[in-house]
Amino acid sequence: MEDWRMRVRNRNNVVLAGREDGPTVVLAHGFGCDQNMWRYVAAKIGQWAQLVLFDHVGSGKADPMAWDADRYASLDGYADDVLSICQDLDLQQPIFVGHSVSSSIGVLAANREPERFSALVLVTPSPCYIDDGNYRGGFTRDDIDELLESLDSNYLGWSSTMAPLIMGNPERPELGEELTASFCRTDPAMAQVFARATFLSDNRADLAAVSIPTLILQCAQDAIAPPEVGAFVHAQIAGSRLVTLDATGHCPQLSAPEATAAAITSFVRTAYR
Amino acid sequence: MLEDNLEDLYENAPCGNLSTLLDGTIAKINGTLLAWLGYSREELVGRRRFSDLLTGGGRIYHETHFAPMLAMRGKIGGVSLELRAKDGTRIPVLVTSIVKAGSEGQPQLIRTAIFDAKMRRAYERELLNARRAAEREDERLRQLVSKLQRSLLPAVLQTPPGLESAAYYRMASTDDVGGDFYDLFPLDDGRWGFFLGDVSGKGIEAAAVTALARYTLRAATVYDPDPAAALHNLNTVLWQEYREDARYCTVVFGILTPTPAVGGFTAVIASGGHPEPLLLRADGSVHHHPTKGRIVGAFPTSRYTNTTAVANPGDTLLLYSDGLTEARPVSSETTDGRYGTAALARFATHLAPTNAADAVAAVTDLLGTFGTGLTDDAAVLAISAPPSRR
Repeated sequence: MEDWRMRVRNRNNVVLAGREDGPTVVLAHGFGCDQNMWRYVAAKIGQWAQLVLFDHVGSGKADPMAWDADRYASLDGYADDVLSICQDLDLQQPIFVGHSVSSSIGVLAANREPERFSALVLVTPSPCYIDDGNYRGGFTRDDIDELLESLDSNYLGWSSTMAPLIMGNPERPELGEELTASFCRTDPAMAQVFARATFLSDNRADLAAVSIPTLILQCAQDAIAPPEVGAFVHAQIAGSRLVTLDATGHCPQLSAPEATAAAITSFVRTAYR
Repeated sequence: MLEDNLEDLYENAPCGNLSTLLDGTIAKINGTLLAWLGYSREELVGRRRFSDLLTGGGRIYHETHFAPMLAMRGKIGGVSLELRAKDGTRIPVLVTSIVKAGSEGQPQLIRTAIFDAKMRRAYERELLNARRAAEREDERLRQLVSKLQRSLLPAVLQTPPGLESAAYYRMASTDDVGGDFYDLFPLDDGRWGFFLGDVSGKGIEAAAVTALARYTLRAATVYDPDPAAALHNLNTVLWQEYREDARYCTVVFGILTPTPAVGGFTAVIASGGHPEPLLLRADGSVHHHPTKGRIVGAFPTSRYTNTTAVANPGDTLLLYSDGLTEARPVSSETTDGRYGTAALARFATHLAPTNAADAVAAVTDLLGTFGTGLTDDAAVLAISAPPSRR
């Protein structure tokens, strides 16, 4: 039993932080990065919450031996991991905060075991990235194929990007050499499988089944999940709350960490009152 | 000093120069980049973001990697992206960005240098094509190896009437043909021939020896179903063919006669330097069946002798190659790290009494536990007499 628990923890490089006596918040990173993405937000909400951070298998410091191209070819494999982390740590009704594709992963996990989570926070979610009829996902199939192709063909570019030279960063000592070197590092072959699972999945139909309190955070300007998509998610999840952050880009936890943390904090306060 | 016009140096630099606000909005762009893209300055400055200039895939990459890393590190360099020009053409580029901070250290804007990467991209594509060609070739080789390997083993293992048989072959590597072989085949007088052997070396040369050994044994049996004579024959053939190459094999060869009245079989067995077969008895005991004889094909003349094994109902005869006993399991009890014949005999004691299918399944599982310790091919062949109904 202990072996199994250690295995799950090592598999996903699970890290606990924040206040032990606070409500539990699971922070799940999106495609292309790792748990360090939450760095600034974690510093804020860790003041009142117990934080569970982890890396999806294939990302960051997750166990490379745990990689399985079949298991992680669909978002269900990642959702399974989320559920097993909750079970392993015996988390009591955590709030699941998922960024980008982890929003869909959280929806899948919460639909499978709704009683496990107390609430969902979906940060710049997109249930379907590809345009389909009246639905505007923002990308064509060709765009996505091109991304996948670039992951494969442009491997020199990716590899050099993923393992950049370690440069000193004297202006930002808080980051440290190690983080500077490892931040967002991904194996291109694993990234390709994750990218395929992320950008080719269509989880629109899963939204209506969400039965727990849900907050949707979108950015005013986002080239990947534009405001229409946030509005769509909001309309599909009954009783959900939508907050538009005055931020640009797909990663408000980096570009607007204060506003992101504040929105999560106020949502949780309401939900727990 | 010729180079004194900084404005000209910026505008007509040999690379694209771009400054963007923190939200990506284009604040300043040089003439070189405008010329590449085919846009006028007015169309871009204050109106478009850097990510708008990228292809769809590039935009995703920019938002999920480039921008976060830049935000986190303050700089990012040598990233491969593609710009989309006004007329739709794609421009492969290498991009380097730094965040310019104000006097208080607060980020103010992003400076980006953009280099033409057409040649580099063409080179990468060449490398990729070469890699894919190599992967295709590798796959073709694997297919060839596995087909060749299958051709050296019986497609379907036949079973003498009233008895049971099973076999398993495990290749140590998928890109090299192994040297183990076995067969079980009927003779026209109701008797059956069987053999299991192991050729020195691996690869295509070993496969050729395997094929020769296999067909020589089967042909020899047609004229004279005598194991010692067949091995003598094989020794002569291999010595003549391979004396220069020092190719040889070890093999256990037998002729089996079912004994329907009893429900078992007798087997006349000769061995050329091969590990002794195991007899797993119905009473749970395990015996090495004693065999003697030099390895086949290594000496101009060798003597082989027949011995007889009697299998009664519930008995199982187990032949195996040394890939099994010479594997190096993670937790080995022997001093040299090998699995060893003693461990195999103990393993067999736990199995007995058993039957051909169960014995082979158990050995298959055992091989599975060796992991990377299994360095050589391993073959196993079992023939059993069903337990009596009484």
